[in-house]
Amino acid sequence: MRNWRKDGPFELTIASDLEQVPHVQDEITLQLQSHHFEDRDIFGIRLALEEALVNAIKHGNREDRAKKVHIQLRMHQDRVDILICDEGPGFNPQQVADPLAAENLERPCGRGLLLMRHYMSEVTYHPPGNRLTMSKVRANSNGTK
Amino acid sequence: MSTQPRRRRLEVEDIGDVAVVNFTDKKILDEQNIQVIGEQLFSLVDELGRKKILLNFRNVEYLSSAALGKFITLNKKVNGSAGKLILCNIDPQIYEVFEITKLNKLFNIQKDEQTALQSFD
Repeated sequence: MRNWRKDGPFELTIASDLEQVPHVQDEITLQLQSHHFEDRDIFGIRLALEEALVNAIKHGNREDRAKKVHIQLRMHQDRVDILICDEGPGFNPQQVADPLAAENLERPCGRGLLLMRHYMSEVTYHPPGNRLTMSKVRANSNGTK
Repeated sequence: MSTQPRRRRLEVEDIGDVAVVNFTDKKILDEQNIQVIGEQLFSLVDELGRKKILLNFRNVEYLSSAALGKFITLNKKVNGSAGKLILCNIDPQIYEVFEITKLNKLFNIQKDEQTALQSFD
């Protein structure tokens, strides 16, 4: 179930269903395009959203469709802020193995957080780890990332 | 559980003894699609016994870490059967994803299909 609020931040709530992810990305991409974000920014935000939403649905809510994922998007002149909450127990991001370590390079998983941190200007998991905030400063503002 | 119809996500063309794989999706993001792509890629090695595989990324505009995971597993399978996996035609934005994850060091990545095919010799 999705609901864009007409004023204030854009908010939506989805069931823990991976098929919802591309729809969320498409809707947020439209919002970013309408606010004139550059293609490169949109590429990175879309990728970060994919990683964050898949984490929330698979690892947070364990694909239990009774549990929801809540998404909030707040546009500012120089950046976009995204909040994603799942209803799982949370996790400690510091315990995620470094995917760039030689011994982990051939592991098929564990790169999502790395990509999110690269493409977004700021990424924070709030304790207990089921609430994520991430921001992207526009490439065409004075931000560097 | 997916209700999505299971369709082919790859087109495989034989050029000599090389299986050249083209992706039919522009976005290798969707978790459901990635599972199917993985199964279809792995069957090239596990069921068809292909030893030389070229992944052509010319159609690909997006991919996620889950897709990277499938390519890593495929690479292990190919190496395990004394074969060779090469990737080519990777868009600069997509190549950056390989660089960030240092997977450009793990994979044999060539500029275009012609150069890649010559690299199998």
